[in-house]
Amino acid sequence: MTIVDADAAHDAERVDLSPSVSDEVKYTTCYMCACRCGIKVHLRDGELRYIEGNRDHPVNRGVLCAKGSAGIMQHHSPARLSQPLLRVGERGSGEFRAIGWDEALDLATSWLDPIRKEDPRKLAFFTGRDQSQALTGWWASQFGTPNHAAHGGFCSVNMAAAGLYTIGGSFWEFGEPDWEHCRYFMMFGVAEDHDSNPIKTGLAKLKERGAKYVAVNPVRTGYAAIADEWLAVTPGSDGLLVLALVHELLRAGKVDLDYLARYTNAPWLVIEDPGADDDGLFARDGDGNPLCWDSVKDTAVNALEAGIAPALKDRVTLPDGRSAVPVFHLLAARYLDGQYGPDAVADQTGISAESIRRIAGELAHAAFAEEVVLNVPWTDWAGRRQEQMIGRPVAIHAMRGISAHANGFQTCRSLHLLQMLLGSIDVPGGFRYKPPFPKPAPPGLKPAGKPGDVVPGQPLGGPPLGFPQGPDDLLVEANGAPCRIDHAFSWDAPMSAHGMMHTVIANAWRGDPYPIDTLFMYMANMAWNSSMNTSDAIAMLTDKNPDSGEYKIPHFIYSDAFYSETVAYADLILPDTTYLERWDCVSMLDRPISSADGPADAIRQPVLTPNRDVRPFQDVLLDLGVRLGLPGLLNEAGTARYPGGYPDYLANHERSPGVGSLAGWRGADGDSHGQGAVNPAQLDRYVENQCFWQDELAPEQRYFKHANRDYLDYAVKMGFIGAAQPVVLQLYTEALQRFRLAARGVGAQQPPEAQRKRIERFFDPLPIWYPPSAVDGTAAEDFPLHAISQRPAAMYHSWGSQNAWLRQIHTANRLYISESVAREQGIEDDGWAYLESRHGRIKAQVRVMAGVNERTVWTWNAIGKRSGAWNLAADAPEAEKGFLLNHLIEDLLPPDGNGERLPNADPITGQAAWFDLRVRISRAPAGAGLSEPAFKPLPLPPGVAPRPAMLRYGARFKGGKS
Amino acid sequence: MTSLPKQAPAKRLGLVIDLDTCVGCHACAVSCKEWNTTGYHAPLPDADPYGKDVDGVWLNRVHGYETGAEGNGRTVYFPRSCLHCEEAPCVTVCPTGASYKRTEDGIVLVDEDICIGCKLCSWACPYGAREFDSDGGVMKKCTLCIDRIYNENLEEVDRQPACVNACPAKARHFGDFNDPHSKVSELTAARGGVELLPEMGLKPTNRYLPPRPSAKVGDGASLKDAAAGAGGFLGWIDRALSR
Repeated sequence: MTIVDADAAHDAERVDLSPSVSDEVKYTTCYMCACRCGIKVHLRDGELRYIEGNRDHPVNRGVLCAKGSAGIMQHHSPARLSQPLLRVGERGSGEFRAIGWDEALDLATSWLDPIRKEDPRKLAFFTGRDQSQALTGWWASQFGTPNHAAHGGFCSVNMAAAGLYTIGGSFWEFGEPDWEHCRYFMMFGVAEDHDSNPIKTGLAKLKERGAKYVAVNPVRTGYAAIADEWLAVTPGSDGLLVLALVHELLRAGKVDLDYLARYTNAPWLVIEDPGADDDGLFARDGDGNPLCWDSVKDTAVNALEAGIAPALKDRVTLPDGRSAVPVFHLLAARYLDGQYGPDAVADQTGISAESIRRIAGELAHAAFAEEVVLNVPWTDWAGRRQEQMIGRPVAIHAMRGISAHANGFQTCRSLHLLQMLLGSIDVPGGFRYKPPFPKPAPPGLKPAGKPGDVVPGQPLGGPPLGFPQGPDDLLVEANGAPCRIDHAFSWDAPMSAHGMMHTVIANAWRGDPYPIDTLFMYMANMAWNSSMNTSDAIAMLTDKNPDSGEYKIPHFIYSDAFYSETVAYADLILPDTTYLERWDCVSMLDRPISSADGPADAIRQPVLTPNRDVRPFQDVLLDLGVRLGLPGLLNEAGTARYPGGYPDYLANHERSPGVGSLAGWRGADGDSHGQGAVNPAQLDRYVENQCFWQDELAPEQRYFKHANRDYLDYAVKMGFIGAAQPVVLQLYTEALQRFRLAARGVGAQQPPEAQRKRIERFFDPLPIWYPPSAVDGTAAEDFPLHAISQRPAAMYHSWGSQNAWLRQIHTANRLYISESVAREQGIEDDGWAYLESRHGRIKAQVRVMAGVNERTVWTWNAIGKRSGAWNLAADAPEAEKGFLLNHLIEDLLPPDGNGERLPNADPITGQAAWFDLRVRISRAPAGAGLSEPAFKPLPLPPGVAPRPAMLRYGARFKGGKS
Repeated sequence: MTSLPKQAPAKRLGLVIDLDTCVGCHACAVSCKEWNTTGYHAPLPDADPYGKDVDGVWLNRVHGYETGAEGNGRTVYFPRSCLHCEEAPCVTVCPTGASYKRTEDGIVLVDEDICIGCKLCSWACPYGAREFDSDGGVMKKCTLCIDRIYNENLEEVDRQPACVNACPAKARHFGDFNDPHSKVSELTAARGGVELLPEMGLKPTNRYLPPRPSAKVGDGASLKDAAAGAGGFLGWIDRALSR
């Protein structure tokens, strides 16, 4: 046998240790999910060579997730659309004719112009996870329709609304845990998303410091897999668990009384006068200031004054002789009740009473025995110097698993209640606001779109979304009927701050409250995984009026970069670019990329030039606006105000004087930040600065932002808030009580009779818990299991099935069931099961696992694809074995006593309640090994590139050569 | 057959992978794929990339599984790539010398130009760390990003394997195990880093850090009732507060 001398052999090989990496590096912002990391894109000869994280970027500090690294495959996906398309066959046939942009935009204009002049409400303009709401919302207002929202109604409005009404900020985009100082971290209902990289990096920091991390999640995967303790909570019961922790802390007196007295409305006096118009509202002085009882002066005083001695307990008599009681007294009485005791909630939550008691003890220990003291002097809102920043190092983060339940708003409020009682909001070691937050709780913005606001041919006169503070702010007709097609801001969901995109197709199909003419959508896969009831949504999009033979939703314009399932159901397709081919903006007016240490925003710049006849959607929207003559898009001469398209708009559009899409380098010479005159060269400055802008807060501004003079002054200067007033955290939400009073007959704006009981029950001004079945009425005995979905880390927000690399990680999803359910039903690992809900039945292949709540089944969301869509082979595993839970979820609840069908949603915010799904399971024959339901394969539209049989990406770069 | 270096390599470069913080996000696997499909092993082909039997070449894969019994288990994510063994059987089995271990740093490489695609090395590797490129007819494997770690076209801070740069959970570390003061040596010592299948005697270079013991806060006891005080309901609030 010959022995090859490797030393000699490899001398012969010339390993090039320093090959050229690229000939050009461009910075931009990732768009493979909503995390918005900074990326460096390496190009060689104009081709994508490598994408890596930007070390200087405030979001990701150089790291990059699986999705970000797979951006190359997203860009080269054969699912990319290549030209505008006009439907020629029936909807769903997938038969299209390629048309030019002039024809496409002329056609869109011919549909939109008449309805704008006749009744702008006939346009329903809804967008998906596009993050350009600063533009799209403004465009809708300019058009004059109130029927606009993005996808927040089915994503996370419960989190955003509960946070903004309660603490003037919220989890994720408006706040973050203090990873540097936290000693105890609880994460509720976060699968592997929201957000992506900062949580992973943060968890690693906690573990290095030995802080305790508790994951509250029915499923033990991803982030929950590395928790120090995993609590397999029963879906929808998190709020009860939290209120039991509150019970324990109150029982022991382990709450931060000083924090409550200074920063929250704990001392504010609530009027107790049953039957009166102001029962349950705050007692106020003649100037409208809330009152509290000064325990030293023994009299009612303005609760907003500094230097008072607010009482947190005991009923008092107001000057008018009526009785009032501090908020804290009310809440203590409520949560000390035995119904919130650990023993009472153990069965319902799936968490033992012993564990609840221990965790309450741990929270108290971390907060009060391990307080964090930073020797950083600061000045409070009243101008008083404080020598130290003292923090309660307990941080909480929560997301979808809290949000997507019909009790999610109140559950999220319960989480904020727990944070406030522990004194852990914007303190060292706690939850921290990200500027421009905090804002007043709630922000002062009200939705436009009341009956008089909609005028043919005229702008709406305000933004379509906002924060109602009582019945007078609702968008309802004189008879109480909704003004908006999605019923947002109606009695169905009065505080639906993100709109209710999930109801649009059903309501438009039913003509409830009126028929529309044109449905216009962007990046929202409503004919597949973005609708709760996919099969019904498809049926409604294709249903025709028997008399006229016309579709019940007459026109459907859709923009997407890829051949998603929804493309097949639209009439006119406006093909978008990929994220590497466009200008874009992550704006302070929408959801910026700030960190708790300072505001930040970002842009995307085109890194590559499209090789297809596609246009960035935002350019198209501006172009359409000019064609329609929308006032904000024209200059005095009647020509395009932003002839350079979206980049022109980004630099030159002012929302109000000095405030535009981007906060950095404003002013003629680019030296103003936050506010300042238009800087025509602003985008150049962003590009020079790696496509982001950030400002760093001084150490004395970084905590207690809600009550920190230096921070509040800064926030005013930057244009984040109107006045340097402290943000008082709202344990008790008066707006909720105003709706409740209406339900009791107070005021001119009255709910429909059938809704009174519902408003009374759910609009409690202090957080409550109710089982989701109290809203949807499912019977646990018929459907004993909960069914939920998660997005996997490698595909969260990325719809990655057209991505050759990501789909190898998740090629088909399984139905995950617990070992006990498997035993009961005789279902084996790899076997098949039927899953049935009140609404439908699916068949799926099973994986048995230990790390799941015993009464819960789950799957990865949106892995299942329609056969033929996304330019996948018709027999791709995504289509044959993958599946959606959506087929089991109803969008509307069964008719109530009056035949009305309310949305399957949180009654307060309208958040789609898709995690409230209840099911039963049974063993199914394997048959041909295909999931059900199956859909007819979609044919490919014209202009879509052929799928390669073999992908050899990078072959041309071999050996550092190109 | 191919010889191993006659003298122990001066450096022992390798990875430390922290199973305490790995959340199974696949960032390392995809960044590896991205770098290497355009780098030393270009391309890493994907067969039937949009079809029924998609099958690509990956030099780093992440496996997820559960351990322990119901109610007391753990979900573990386990990234797997070449361990750059000192006694690399994939090298000694190679009939052409294509598979070799570098004398400078101990990295195990495949020289594609002389690889005949016989797959003996993949049969010899008990860790399943080799990937056959059936399109190109050659074997491919983790190179520890040999075209990054010494690359003078990269900033010094970036001269690490792509997987280490990308990892959001800081679960991957790169360095020289021969240097007792390197991060990888120190982490291995401090956290009890383990080698895989030590009984095989292959002396793999890479180390895996086991999950840390669960963090403890307080004494685990329930909270005691607040002293009632004299003030009736909420009597424990017995002092004036100030705003």
